[in-house]
Amino acid sequence: MASPTTTADAAIPEKKGADDNYLTHDKGFASWAFTLDHKRIGVMYLASVLSAFALGGVFALLVRTELWSPGRTIMEHDTYNQMFTLHGAIMVFLVIIPGIPAALGNIILPLHLGAKDVAFPKLNLASYYLWIIGCLCMLGSLVTNAVDTGWTFYAPYSTTTQTNVIPAAMGAFILGFSSIFTGLNFIVTIHKLRPPGMTFFRMPLFVWALYSTALIQVLATPVIGITLLMMIVERVFGLGIFDPSLGGDPVLFQHFFWFYSHPAVYIMIVPAFGVVSEIIPVFSRKRLFGYQFIAISSLAIAFLGFLVWGHHMFTSGQSVLAGTIFSAITFLIAIPTAIKIFNWVSTMYKGRIHLDTPMLYALAFLWVFTIGGLTGVFLAVMGVDIHLHDTYFVVAHFHYVMMGGAITAFLGGLHYWFPKAFGKMYDEKTGRIGALIVFVGLNLTFFPQFILGSRGMPRRYYNYLPEFQGLHQLSTIGAFTLGIGFLLTAISLGRALKNGKPAPKNPWGGVTLEWTTTSPPPYYNFHTPPPVTAGPYDGYENLVYDEKIGGYVAKT
Amino acid sequence: MTLHLLALLAEPQLPKLAPSDSFWLPVDASVTSRNIDWVWDFMIWVSLLVTIGVFVAIFHFITKYKAKSRAANEIAEKSAEHNTALEITWSVLPLFVCIALFVWGFKGFVDLRTPPKEAMELHANAQKWKWTFDYKCATGGMTDDTLHVPIDRPVRMLISSVDVLHALYIPSFRTKMDAVPGRYTDLWFQATKAGDYPIFCAEYCGTSHSDMLSHVVVHPAGQYETWLKGACEKADSMVGPERGKKLYSQQGCETCHTIDGTPKIGPSWKGLFGKMEMMADGTPYKVDENYLRESMMDPTAKVVQGFAPSMPTYKGKLSDKDIDGLIEFIKTLK
Amino acid sequence: MSEPSTETQAAKTASAPPPAAHEGHGHEDHGHEAHDPIHAANPHLAHHFDTPQQQFDAGKLGIWLFLLTEVLFFAGLFCAYTVYRSMNPEVFVYAHYFLDTKLGALNTCVLLISSLTAAWAVRNAQLREQKMLMINIVVTIACACTFMCVKYVEYSHKYHDGLLPGHNFQPKEQIWELKSFRDKHPEAAEYAEKLAKLDEKKAEAPAGGAAKPSEGKAEEKAEKIERPTEEELEPLLNAGLVGPRSLDPSAHISRPRMAHVFFGIYFFMTGLHGFHVLIGIGIWIWMLVKAAKGQFGPTYFGPIDFTALYWHLVDLIWIYLFPLLYLIH
Repeated sequence: MASPTTTADAAIPEKKGADDNYLTHDKGFASWAFTLDHKRIGVMYLASVLSAFALGGVFALLVRTELWSPGRTIMEHDTYNQMFTLHGAIMVFLVIIPGIPAALGNIILPLHLGAKDVAFPKLNLASYYLWIIGCLCMLGSLVTNAVDTGWTFYAPYSTTTQTNVIPAAMGAFILGFSSIFTGLNFIVTIHKLRPPGMTFFRMPLFVWALYSTALIQVLATPVIGITLLMMIVERVFGLGIFDPSLGGDPVLFQHFFWFYSHPAVYIMIVPAFGVVSEIIPVFSRKRLFGYQFIAISSLAIAFLGFLVWGHHMFTSGQSVLAGTIFSAITFLIAIPTAIKIFNWVSTMYKGRIHLDTPMLYALAFLWVFTIGGLTGVFLAVMGVDIHLHDTYFVVAHFHYVMMGGAITAFLGGLHYWFPKAFGKMYDEKTGRIGALIVFVGLNLTFFPQFILGSRGMPRRYYNYLPEFQGLHQLSTIGAFTLGIGFLLTAISLGRALKNGKPAPKNPWGGVTLEWTTTSPPPYYNFHTPPPVTAGPYDGYENLVYDEKIGGYVAKT
Repeated sequence: MTLHLLALLAEPQLPKLAPSDSFWLPVDASVTSRNIDWVWDFMIWVSLLVTIGVFVAIFHFITKYKAKSRAANEIAEKSAEHNTALEITWSVLPLFVCIALFVWGFKGFVDLRTPPKEAMELHANAQKWKWTFDYKCATGGMTDDTLHVPIDRPVRMLISSVDVLHALYIPSFRTKMDAVPGRYTDLWFQATKAGDYPIFCAEYCGTSHSDMLSHVVVHPAGQYETWLKGACEKADSMVGPERGKKLYSQQGCETCHTIDGTPKIGPSWKGLFGKMEMMADGTPYKVDENYLRESMMDPTAKVVQGFAPSMPTYKGKLSDKDIDGLIEFIKTLK
Repeated sequence: MSEPSTETQAAKTASAPPPAAHEGHGHEDHGHEAHDPIHAANPHLAHHFDTPQQQFDAGKLGIWLFLLTEVLFFAGLFCAYTVYRSMNPEVFVYAHYFLDTKLGALNTCVLLISSLTAAWAVRNAQLREQKMLMINIVVTIACACTFMCVKYVEYSHKYHDGLLPGHNFQPKEQIWELKSFRDKHPEAAEYAEKLAKLDEKKAEAPAGGAAKPSEGKAEEKAEKIERPTEEELEPLLNAGLVGPRSLDPSAHISRPRMAHVFFGIYFFMTGLHGFHVLIGIGIWIWMLVKAAKGQFGPTYFGPIDFTALYWHLVDLIWIYLFPLLYLIH
């Protein structure tokens, strides 16, 4: 790692005006490209992740359009296979995994902790550039002969297909390191850079969620790294580990793959729990119900997530005993997850609820995640899973969780922290309409897929029996509704960036530390670490709304 | 091209879902599916109950406790930060439900994974992108691309794959098993209703994954033997191009080779015989009987330029009579 | 890999007087340094850390986490190794004769020495023993380079003998021609050689076109050896070349079908380890440069410490690889 001179530091004049912040601190391409500031890195991540999301979304729409009618609608078999593979790979590796932790987390985590930066700013920047390189690799596969293995890269198909699997797998490998670096950074930051008085049980739940996520990132990602590396070597040299024609075992690949990819599911959803746990109390003006339980259950879910990978393989011929153990542990995860939902709902009881955009997204999250979680139970029941495995039921389930859970929470968090990160208010009305359309589109797209799946429609099908057409068309209409919702949200936020009203320090009345600095925060966040004397959701009664500034101030 | 393939499959073969009396599930036609459907129904009702409960609570709270405006500076009413009785209830109730579901699911799984000893055995072969099923005849064996089974008799399917992963999925029997190259896997079922049910490939296997369909015909009591006898006789007596033509669709040749001149995964068979083909290494080679035979036994030995060496070997799958038949069939395609 | 680097570079950036962190708070007009004598006294302390101790602790936790990911990374390979060894034990028996135990042992010694000097260098940095620090780092680098040279020799032997992974696996020598095998099982080697020669003759005979008339003595002899008795198989059995139930040794004496998988795993594991050694050499050279500038001392020795930790891990992985690949029977 060559040492890029930190232009940021070099260029700092001794004094700046009162309105100096990290966005205006210094200018020019280099001041962003070589920045070590966590907020700027977070903003770059945000922009990149959102671009990738748009690209993955376009692929999703193409896939859904193709499925409008059985047989050919707009593209050929092979193109379709490439489209859904790219959609999956981009959404998983480029969007959802880095989405909340690397983009929102980078901006918010040090602010939450009253720290000046993450523990290793250079590693943070390196992680971002690894993301870029990984992204370029994936695009390399896209523009040549795009990979068609499905995002799961199952051997021996992946070791024998004619498409360009290697750049895509290489991309995922590199993105793994990006993810490891972020996780490592966050763990150290949370351990070593907390302000005086902030014990572990005074940390905001978003921090807890990021901590659990980071643990999974650090512990699971190396395994997928080595697996993909072996797969690549197998393709190039015929290593003979996974391909049975060379003496390998394809089921071993599945074990390796899911050993990472099941915990990776929690990399995607646990940060969403964190975001929702932040939003609901602030917009209910009330302490979170069962704080300790939610905090610890994140860790528990992260831990249990390592022990259930085999539930993806009930039909792979693994032994009945193995299946039984994996199924039992899977049920263990269901319970803390259910309790979390009950806790969030009870937080609203006797609160004073403000239905602003972030809260709407949080409510949407509760709705879709309840459905997504319950349908997960169907899949944990082994006998039923045999029927549902690899059908649209599974597709619908994980879209309810990933898309409905992780992405709505991501959007909720984005709206919640947007004023803090960019110092601008978005238009509340457009924001709410966007949230509503996204919510309707989500259910319209994915609910019919449950019925398709339980009736026996397998996933990754280009062609289908005519009986399934009606439900497929509903789903396609839903997908376009979703697209419109996202577009509207993007326009709304884009306009806010340009012409939004200046945001106050504390527009929502939060009591976590990020709301004590200016919006946007100054370059080094806090002059001295702010002392912490109470829990992260205590003291809403000490704030009053000031209509003149449009935000909350301390009660005098 | 796709339409063409679809058309090929469509007329006689495209399986139809039998009408089901359940909104969610396809018609159930096996012994094990009853159990599974019961658990399914139970879960659907529990889920509906929980979902409605959560939604009603959310709507109730956001209407009842909606804040007037930010300026009103309302403070939430004091309420407990936790309520032990409530928390225990909502932890323990789901736990019981989960334990019950686990036990039922386990039972269903064990039922699905333990074939009765007296089960009749059939072999299913998966290859890109075709299912074939082997039957034992009085003399030798017979292969067909449709699964025929008798009613009310347990059948154990031994599944293998020659190339990549596939999965044999029969929705009406609520069963599914991966076909893993290099090893055997198995599943079993006992059909309870005569009829015709679709078979899907459920594990992604490349280009024509979604066309890797077949169907299972459940013969009413006593008729399976009659069918098998007839089919065996027919297969045995067929020779020459007629045999080749049957094998063309049965053995999955049609998934890669057309007979109308359009190249697909492999060269079209139309006008193939006697043609000079350019091989991948740049040498021209005349397509004769020996070349065709070699291409079936050792497909990667001489690959025509412009095509991927992706054909599996048919060594051991085709008898000499079969090979002769196929060559004769190709010869007729001028 | 870049763990220590982050630490040190972050430190470097802060070597200029740390800028004021409170500009946003406008009303405070003092310079930053006035508030912060600790940063002023410690040029290597990054702006976002309060004390050198905090910075060191963070770095230490970071490097341990990083090493954990490295262990997990290799754990995947060890898993694959275990699975294949339990599935094809005969492959591992067969293949280990091809590895040069002496070179492996030499490399183990070299790495152990380098680990010692690496640990010593940390002590030197803490005590500001400039000269010894430089010497120890140089020795460490020298050992690492020796290791890579020996690896190069080993790899080129394998390359010449056609012992490559996957499709490229075409060994030039039969197992009974190997010295390592002959030393250990002289009887078995002789017997196997005899069998192979007979096989050759048998193959030649029909090729010569004299299939029918040659059904004489030679053929009978071959016939006899083709079905050896249990007793005759004893030496081969002891050498692990035939399974106890096998009465047809020919299939086993020629190499096992999965032999190439061993070399796949061998090259993959040692290659990945070698890559880590190369990275290590790079980091050590960088440390040497920093040490030459006299940056390390009692309050700032983190980078050396972290590099040494990384180096110990690289060493440790080799300690596992050596017996698993070279000393297996």
